[in-house]
Amino acid sequence: MLKLFKNLHKKDYIFILVSFILIIMQVWLELKMPDYMSKVTVLVQSDGSRMSEILLNGLYMILCAFGSLISTIIVGYLVASVSASFSFNTRKKLFNKIEDLSMSDVKKFKVSSLITRTTNDITQIEMLIAMGLQLLIKAPVTAIWAVTKILNKNYTWSIATLIAVMVLLVVIVILTVIVMPKFKIIQKLTDRLNNVTRENLNGIKVVRAFNAESFQEEKFDEVNDNLTKRQLFNQRVFSVMQPVMFLTMHTLTLSIYFIGAILIKDSILSGKITLFGDMVVFSSYAIQVIMSFLMLAMIFMMMPRAAVSVRRINEVLLTDMTIKDGIKTKGKEKGTVEFKNVSFKYPDADEYLLENISFKANKGEVVAFIGSTGSGKSTLINLIPRFYDATDGEVLVDGINVKDYKLESLYNILGYVPQKAVLFDGSVNFNVLYGNNVTKNRNEIIKRAIEVAQAKDFVEKLDKQYNSHIASKGTNISGGQKQRISIARAIARDPEIYIFDDSFSALDYKTDSQLRKALKKYTKDATTLIVAQRIGTIMNADKIIVLNNGKCVGEGTHKELLKTCEIYKQIANSQLSKEELENE
Amino acid sequence: MNNRRGNPNVKAKNFKVAIKRLLRELKKYNILIVISLLLAGFSAILSISAPNRISKLTDKISEGLVINTKNFEDITTKVTTNYKVALSSIMQINDGSYYKDVLVTKEDKISIMNNNVPNKFKNILLNDITIKKTTITSKDQIKFLNILSTLDKNEKNVKVYSKLDKLPKSISKLIEPKMDMTKIKQISFYLMIIYIMSALFSFIQSLIMTYVSNNFAKRLRNNISNKINMLPLKYFDKHQSGDILSRVTNDVDTLSGTMNQSLSSLVTSITLFLGSLFMMFYTNYIMAITAIVSSIFGFIFMGKILSKSQKYFKARQEELGNLNAHIEEVYSSLNVVKVYNGKKISDKKFDEYNKKVYDANKKSQFLSGLMMPFMGFIGNFGYVCVCIAGALLVKNNVITFGVIVAFMTYIRLFTQPLSQFAQSLTALQSAAASSERVFEFLDEEEMPKEENTVYLSNNINGNIEFKNVVFTYDGNDKPTINGFSAKIKAKEKIAIVGPTGAGKTTIVNLLMKFYNIDDGDITIDNTSIKNISRENIHDLFTMVLQDTWMFDGTIKENIKYNNSNITDEKVVEICKTIGLHHFIKTLPNGYDSVMSDNDSISSGQRQLLTIARAMTKETPFLILDEATSNVDTRTEELVQEAMDKLTKGKTSFIIAHRLSTIKNADLILVVKDGNIIEQGTHNQLLNKEGFYAKLYNSQFEI
Repeated sequence: MLKLFKNLHKKDYIFILVSFILIIMQVWLELKMPDYMSKVTVLVQSDGSRMSEILLNGLYMILCAFGSLISTIIVGYLVASVSASFSFNTRKKLFNKIEDLSMSDVKKFKVSSLITRTTNDITQIEMLIAMGLQLLIKAPVTAIWAVTKILNKNYTWSIATLIAVMVLLVVIVILTVIVMPKFKIIQKLTDRLNNVTRENLNGIKVVRAFNAESFQEEKFDEVNDNLTKRQLFNQRVFSVMQPVMFLTMHTLTLSIYFIGAILIKDSILSGKITLFGDMVVFSSYAIQVIMSFLMLAMIFMMMPRAAVSVRRINEVLLTDMTIKDGIKTKGKEKGTVEFKNVSFKYPDADEYLLENISFKANKGEVVAFIGSTGSGKSTLINLIPRFYDATDGEVLVDGINVKDYKLESLYNILGYVPQKAVLFDGSVNFNVLYGNNVTKNRNEIIKRAIEVAQAKDFVEKLDKQYNSHIASKGTNISGGQKQRISIARAIARDPEIYIFDDSFSALDYKTDSQLRKALKKYTKDATTLIVAQRIGTIMNADKIIVLNNGKCVGEGTHKELLKTCEIYKQIANSQLSKEELENE
Repeated sequence: MNNRRGNPNVKAKNFKVAIKRLLRELKKYNILIVISLLLAGFSAILSISAPNRISKLTDKISEGLVINTKNFEDITTKVTTNYKVALSSIMQINDGSYYKDVLVTKEDKISIMNNNVPNKFKNILLNDITIKKTTITSKDQIKFLNILSTLDKNEKNVKVYSKLDKLPKSISKLIEPKMDMTKIKQISFYLMIIYIMSALFSFIQSLIMTYVSNNFAKRLRNNISNKINMLPLKYFDKHQSGDILSRVTNDVDTLSGTMNQSLSSLVTSITLFLGSLFMMFYTNYIMAITAIVSSIFGFIFMGKILSKSQKYFKARQEELGNLNAHIEEVYSSLNVVKVYNGKKISDKKFDEYNKKVYDANKKSQFLSGLMMPFMGFIGNFGYVCVCIAGALLVKNNVITFGVIVAFMTYIRLFTQPLSQFAQSLTALQSAAASSERVFEFLDEEEMPKEENTVYLSNNINGNIEFKNVVFTYDGNDKPTINGFSAKIKAKEKIAIVGPTGAGKTTIVNLLMKFYNIDDGDITIDNTSIKNISRENIHDLFTMVLQDTWMFDGTIKENIKYNNSNITDEKVVEICKTIGLHHFIKTLPNGYDSVMSDNDSISSGQRQLLTIARAMTKETPFLILDEATSNVDTRTEELVQEAMDKLTKGKTSFIIAHRLSTIKNADLILVVKDGNIIEQGTHNQLLNKEGFYAKLYNSQFEI
């Protein structure tokens, strides 16, 4: 919790300090008010008091109330500022941190969880600050102040108050102990409920094709029942809270009066009046004490929930940056990619996903990677844009280790197209020029890129052509269309090195081959790295690297590999007929 | 549920309508809610009566402060008369003679006349007097007279009392204040019972509401879950699953939370409010009007704040939504954002949204925080107004002090529930928004009920015919399937190929009755699918999708999915056929490994699992929709073999990108723009040198 408070700025601390002072003032005014109140009461009750006196004391009381109101409003504003600025700063910090996380960390946390952490969890803490900060300052100040006012009055009353406070504390502690572990279970069950519903939604076709609706519903019912039971239990326990608190408070007042009656009865005449006055004062302050304990209790009830959020946020913020920025902005060569004995495994894993891979792609060459599912081809290519860093060995781009590059400079060399097309909420233009710094001839560049990517036909058929809106994740266009725009984005950068991570699988064969033809013409000088599943896509590559279980089992051209590499031959056989192979 | 659709108000974003709807849904719990509200009301009424008793208790205790004036005056008269008598008799005695065996000198006489009774006379000068069975000796009487002479009418009570403290026991016993302890005990006992009852009522009340709200929430969640499976698939094309999820959890939670807290506190505060209003007018109408007028602008101000903050709360939710959308986009596209140096763009956008959230946050938080202190102020203001007005009225003898004292309590009771009321109203407003969302979903149009259906059993022939099928997706202008006709003979292997967006999957979707055709017909053994129930059709088909959907559960459960008749041995057998057995055995728990926390299962392996799942079903028809696109080509061969076994004796439909998969199909349908443009076997189509040939050959081109 405290660590997160670092996200507050100087201004916020000043605000908190001012709030602190104002709250002290507020407490003073509030504790002063009963004095005037009793004065007014006495004046009204006694004969012959002058109207002006009542008015004067009434005015004082209103002034006190008004002063306290003004200070509360100011404090409210300051605290709202502080809490909003806390979430503003923390969210920004978290967002920037997540942007810089390595892909393996992102995978570890899961995107959905990172989203909840950036929004929901921060909101939770913000709520605590917004509500808690005032109480946190006000409660102890009121409690201490009120206690000093009544401390020397009478020990029997003090004991009664102490007992009441103890009762409350015990009740709160017991309830918390009973309820807290259940809270965690409820949180988990809510996740589970979400999961089951999500399952049903995502697999809706399968569910229906298998007539499994009731199967899913039973599963849902079970979780729902469980959740309701726990929640019911927790809320039942909480139902005890309020009545007990009010009962304690009222009983305390009553006890103070009752004890007062006995004390007054037994006192000498002259002591009686003082005792009576003390009794009235004591009861009103005792309630203040109890109330401030209740306020504190409320914060402590809110705390555990927020604490979970704090932990979740810190978990991300404290993740070590495994991908560190380098300093070099320029390479030694042009358009080369070289792997030198590269091995890779996930930080916590035992098994290597890539072992001892070496190859070099020269300027203008097409190097392709093929292999069965899980052979490591995507992992290999992901080492180039440093989504992961090689565990052993070196990955060189333009003759320099990728780790030594300033990330921005490295990325400016690369044109990367992922397996799953990624589009952003915005126009076609926006998506094609995403992250592009060009200022001149923007329209030509876009048109050119779209044309090469074989997207011209459909883009120009859209309502607003290049200005047409693409929904987030491209949900309003088909899979093949998405991929083509995603490829156009890479082309528009005119990079030295293209990286296609299985980007062509979403395209039908015809578009695939047309696109590659156009690309070849357009990118004569560029180096191209392609991960593919289709032999057809890579048959004419300058170099094909065959991967199996993370190891390089073949390297060469299509023809060479057909002769030398058994695995390549198997892959080819599974896709091409004998005649086709012989035709080559 | 269908009749509700006719209600034009349902969609209206209207607080009143939403609340009405909510109340209608709560009908089942009416009795419990009424009981609970009654209890809340009782509890509130007890709260109204408690302050009265407390002030009575205070009165009784303050009685203990006032000396017994009657006895005091009695003693004073008796003692003074006694003293006068004694004085006159001692004056008549000659100097040097004896008064009650005590020698009286001239000096003695003088000092007695000056109220200074010499010590030797103190015990005998006055005759004992008896008041209320208490005998007061001469000495005590003299002491009393001495103290009496020092009293000053203008002195403060405390001083007078400290002088009276010096009175002899016999007298102080008579005049000391009498506290009515039995009465005090009685009131205290009464109060204690009120408090305990009030606590008990509110406890029971809250237990009932907890029960109602949780069961209601459970029912709503269940309804939503059931509803998901009642909706046509087209609904899910237009709505994001995240939104539906949020209705199941967030909205239902908000709704039940509000019901639990706000509904009862609303009743409590209304009861308190009305109760004190009644009591005020009952006691004195002028004072009542004063009280109301003095707090009326509090009402107005509060209403203003309430509506204003509502606006900002809404804005806040909206801005949060925008921010959320942006964050989601960036996080799930992080690879592209990084490589394209898109951080600057995303940061800029993020800052923009974040700033808007900050502003809305600050404003809504501040405004909603204003409510409580403001109501507190209104309470104090009303208090002073009542005191002043009361004092004026007392001066003119219109009312007594007691009325003012009572009003001081009433004004507190009157203003206190207002802030509570305001809070509950805010909460209720958000509950209304949530309930609108929940019921909006529950009121969505369901798939029509199927009546008069024909049942087709598993041992049908298996001929399928498409007759001029036309289908347009909701919101599209152009039909996706346009006059599609095809005859499929039983036990044939049919391949559907074509470019993306040609409508291949749509054809299958129509066949499965996931969507209803707009025009034309599809028949199975000459029975229109319109006359066959969806369930029946689903039983006739086995389907493997490109989407490798697995649920949270063990591998065995995922394979057996909804088919508990399958034995474990059968599962193992199937897995052996498609070459999965070995892999599954290498997992830590074998067939009992849980899918969710198993990242070591690749998408290809997942695809094989879905195929295994399909193989547990014995049906006359089989659909493979891009079922092998996730597996590599070598695995595919394995799967192909398995699938050949699977397709044997079945009418099967295969959709595939990889044309190698379908070369041995009995019939290949080449689809483009929603219609068949070529059909025939692989060789026939190649010889035709048309679209298929181009498509096929393009895979060997660079």
